[in-house]
Amino acid sequence: MTDIIKSLVPEANPNIPRLRSGDTVRVHARIVEGNRERIQVFQGIVIRNINRGVSSSFTVRRIASNGIGVERTFLRLSPRIEKVEVLRHSKVRRARLYFLRTTRGKAARLREVRMENQ
Amino acid sequence: MSTKQALLGKKIGMTRVFVESGEVIPVTVIEAGPCYVTQIKTVANDGYNAIQIGFGIAKKLTKGEAGHLGNLPKVANLREVRTDDVDKYTLGQVIDASLFSIGDLVDVTGISKGKGFAGGIKRHHFKRQPTTHGASDRTRARGSSGAGTTPGHVDKGLKMPGQLGAVKRTTLNQEVVQVDAERNLVLVRGAVPGPTNGLVYLRKAHKTSAAKRKRVLQD
Repeated sequence: MTDIIKSLVPEANPNIPRLRSGDTVRVHARIVEGNRERIQVFQGIVIRNINRGVSSSFTVRRIASNGIGVERTFLRLSPRIEKVEVLRHSKVRRARLYFLRTTRGKAARLREVRMENQ
Repeated sequence: MSTKQALLGKKIGMTRVFVESGEVIPVTVIEAGPCYVTQIKTVANDGYNAIQIGFGIAKKLTKGEAGHLGNLPKVANLREVRTDDVDKYTLGQVIDASLFSIGDLVDVTGISKGKGFAGGIKRHHFKRQPTTHGASDRTRARGSSGAGTTPGHVDKGLKMPGQLGAVKRTTLNQEVVQVDAERNLVLVRGAVPGPTNGLVYLRKAHKTSAAKRKRVLQD
């Protein structure tokens, strides 16, 4: 990638901390409803992190009503993301937690890990 | 009456641009200019009106090119732009990315990426043949080229394998998403013909009704 293209990448959002797979996060995303704008919170587990310059993104999975899994992928540099809060970290042994899709209930839990410098 | 306005540039590559509304636009970054007016052609002298523009830094010039350019910058590429507004230009004048503004429609011409000698599937999107039923040795073959004794020849223009790419191609009505006049960068929505670092020719769109409507609105 040339320096010119790198220079066009917008600055990182300071309100998005470093995310790890297995983190439970609250994503505050701005959405437009009719002609009104409001902030919608999406809370769930980070199951995927992609670090690829402008295209960097992360995917959050949450269990909606009736036990239906909902996944939402956010672009890290999108101006529509207000902030991201990390609520807890989990002990995970892989980067992509796709196995959570086939688990439900108690099996879909991840063991919490306390981070010292976070 | 022709009043074309155009630039030469270099394709830098593709990226994406975020709009405040949250929309993500795929763009091609083009380093457009600085171009220099290297020759002005007039009806009296040449039988038609045009300007010739030059772009890029030439490593080496032939004596003919050096003589043609004289004291002008040593440009690597020359193109002609047909325009009747020749009086507006002076020799050596710089034309840069500020020619375009956000929302303009442009046509982009380049030499498409060469794919070499390609078969029917890649070149003409033919279907593959079965991999079973005794046809496993010709899955990518192109099939029949026509009937037999009647008509007794292969139709002219029949799609066949051959050279794919490396031809001049123009994409029409691409939207200018961003302009950085300082660095001579133009960001155009979508893909543009040619490889990275390839030479592209950008002109204000004028061919289609959409482009015409746009121009009327601006005037």
